[in-house]
Amino acid sequence: MGSHGIRDRVAVVGMGCTPFAEHFDKGLDDLIVEATTDALGAAGIERSDADAWWLGTAQSGMSGIVLAKALQLDGVPVTRVENMCATGSEALRQAAYAVASGAYDLAVAVGVEKVKDSGYQGLNAFPIPTDGTNRTLTAAAMFSMVLPAYAERYGVEPDVLRRVAARIASKNHANGARNPKAQFRKEMSVDAICAMPAVAGQLGVFDCAGVADGAAAAVVCRAEDAHRYTDSPLYVKALSLVAGNGSGLIDPTYDYTTFREIEAAGRDAYAQAGVTDPRAELALAEVHDCFTPTELVLMEDLGFSARGQAWKDCDAGVFDHDGELPVNPDGGLKSFGHPVGASGLRMLYEVWLQLRGEAGPDRQIATVGPGRSLGLTHNLGGYPGEMVSFVGIFGTETSG
Amino acid sequence: MRGILALGAHLPHRRLDRTTIAAVAGGGGGKGTRTVAGYDEDATTLAVEAGRTTLRDHAGPAPDALWFCTATPTYLDKTNAAAVHAALRLPDEAVAADFGGAARSTVAALRAALGGAGTTMVVAADVRPGLPGSPDESAGSDAAAAVVVGEGGDDAPVLAELIGAASRTEEFLDRWRTPGDARTRQWEERFGETRYVPLGRAAFAAALDAAGLDADAVDTVVIASPHARAARSTARALKLADGVLADDLGATVGNPGAAQALLLLTAAVEAAAPGRVIVLLSLADGADALVFRTTDAAAGREPVRPVAAQVAAGAPIPYPTYLRWRGLLATEPPRRPEPARPSASAAGRSEDWKFGFVASADRSSGVVHMPPARAPMGGGPIDDMEARPMADAVGTVVTSTIDRLAYSPSPPIVFAVVDFDGGGRLPVELTDCDAGEIGIGTRVEMTFRRLFTADGIANYFWKARPQRDAAGAVVTTAAEAAG
Repeated sequence: MGSHGIRDRVAVVGMGCTPFAEHFDKGLDDLIVEATTDALGAAGIERSDADAWWLGTAQSGMSGIVLAKALQLDGVPVTRVENMCATGSEALRQAAYAVASGAYDLAVAVGVEKVKDSGYQGLNAFPIPTDGTNRTLTAAAMFSMVLPAYAERYGVEPDVLRRVAARIASKNHANGARNPKAQFRKEMSVDAICAMPAVAGQLGVFDCAGVADGAAAAVVCRAEDAHRYTDSPLYVKALSLVAGNGSGLIDPTYDYTTFREIEAAGRDAYAQAGVTDPRAELALAEVHDCFTPTELVLMEDLGFSARGQAWKDCDAGVFDHDGELPVNPDGGLKSFGHPVGASGLRMLYEVWLQLRGEAGPDRQIATVGPGRSLGLTHNLGGYPGEMVSFVGIFGTETSG
Repeated sequence: MRGILALGAHLPHRRLDRTTIAAVAGGGGGKGTRTVAGYDEDATTLAVEAGRTTLRDHAGPAPDALWFCTATPTYLDKTNAAAVHAALRLPDEAVAADFGGAARSTVAALRAALGGAGTTMVVAADVRPGLPGSPDESAGSDAAAAVVVGEGGDDAPVLAELIGAASRTEEFLDRWRTPGDARTRQWEERFGETRYVPLGRAAFAAALDAAGLDADAVDTVVIASPHARAARSTARALKLADGVLADDLGATVGNPGAAQALLLLTAAVEAAAPGRVIVLLSLADGADALVFRTTDAAAGREPVRPVAAQVAAGAPIPYPTYLRWRGLLATEPPRRPEPARPSASAAGRSEDWKFGFVASADRSSGVVHMPPARAPMGGGPIDDMEARPMADAVGTVVTSTIDRLAYSPSPPIVFAVVDFDGGGRLPVELTDCDAGEIGIGTRVEMTFRRLFTADGIANYFWKARPQRDAAGAVVTTAAEAAG
């Protein structure tokens, strides 16, 4: 991949994030207003100070007009982007590149999704006319195929692996229980998670991310201007995106124990950021735990665990809140739910809080410190074999 | 010589035990079993499977006409035979048309094909309606059968030639169903019997006359009729010698309406030695008798899916599930959006894939792409692909899952990633199985199904079904390796 990256050329100088919840009393505009107001406030700017805007929403609205109307922006460029469940990260990526190019001084990325107005359970994609031959499985079922494949490849007893998956959910529930912005704030034991009836393959309902409404926003500027807006900016170290070509679905060499797009995006991001040992160098990672097997495999695809070892590392607590590398210390999609367009920026919000020491005494992770000041966000859309993957790396220190 | 070149049938996987009906329906039922179409089968898909079975045994020229006979069509005002034509990948030049309305259409189509020219496939299929507890529910069944009629040749000799035929027509009311009705109504049985028996005797005698044969030259008589009592009385009236009257499969299969005549004819020809005289007598709004003589080509023939083997196969279905599949027991749907209707133009563009299950293979790498693609994976040149028919390919389950959340007319969905022998992988839905039967290593074959219906549009595509041994057990790679 020929990617140069924009390491240390762009900074995040303000962020906002609404609570993620079933916001039956709030509309899309409300969520946009709240997240944006917080983000602009953190950067100490007004709406009129921003030169350009990116709106990430998968299917809550069409075009930049949605954002321009909600905020009554006047005569400025607003672009709506969509890249499946990586939509929020895509909005950030576009805004960051825009200021890096010199086209704008200040840009804002807003991610939002109003899911709970559909009247249906789960996330349901907008139907595009087709020939009717495409599969109609749920994402849960597609990801559920990872567990038997992983168990088979690495010789792990299926029952043991099932409890490892539940432990991942239990860890994220424990983290979310301490987070006032999370949708689910209740700890769940491994036994309770395993006791739920199966919804897809071995997965029960607590192996799946929740469904919530929410919004998050980030203000970005060129790095040299960052201290005009905040004393503690986050520098963009890497932004990598890979859109899979779907070959995993039809390629007989694909075995459902890895996500090639994520491995590729991770490799590219580490190269951009100059990271060689992510498990030691990162202070935290916010990853796309849409289903428990996803987080398991992500630990290997992102290089936190050796191949075939993630199940042991997860079981040993390596990725716990007080572990060697905290993963999803905010509670992840598991506790926050997944308002599609907002999730990528919600992950960045946690990195923003943790690296700046603002997560609060109850939630602050211990890994952040001098020489260990990087956070990773990983955001995916799609299914095993056909996936969009984003990896971003951010830090509070500039190199050199 | 003109005659039957090939024939074959399709019986659906499920069997309803008639003794289980009365406890739920409050009456009805009886002894034995009947076949039940899957929730994803209709007359069109049954016809496709019978057509595929028949063409596998047919080495001669592809049919230039396809006549599809059913009294339970999926569509009116749209030709159902077109989907069958597409799924069988018959030539574009072939005519495909429906013969609808009643069981007699099938026999008339067969007789017309035998009296016509060229190579004609006559395929018949029915999914019989009937309210819970009714005689039709218990005695009816779902099945399909097909015959290829044409001039025999070295590659496809005539198996059975028509040596005489006769018909009788008379207007009287016995059974009727207005379009949209969930049941067929019937006049008092005795009245129809008094009409059918003389009509049947007359047609039978006239057909033998035309063939220049005496009654004692007949080896097998097959009687097909929606009027079971009339069929029995006619058989008695014909004073057939022991062993001449063929099993009507009523105890095991039931009566599949428009498909019955071809199903029973297929079974009779499959069982016949060379030089045997078989009379097909149909009593349906009149009487038709067709006298066939099997040829030397009937000797040593081994059909790929003989009727007898299909009768012996199958798996039970609980009566409540049968009711649910028929829409006679409404159950709570999942709280997910129902699928959107397929696009006519998109479906039209992908006819070869959607109906014919034709993939593409990259000429340089040989990699099979499902669905067919223009750009190959791995980065070769664009548009360097050739068609790769996959409908008859056999594959193995690589991994599988059960989706209890997704919309299905009969949840849960059993789903698997399948690698095909000779190349190609497809994540695909499974059917004709119980969830617990499927795992890594299950061997599967493809079957044409209706995935769902939306806005009145039947969404046809292919599913995989497990291969089964003679005992009905699912075949696995491990079992194959063990021999």
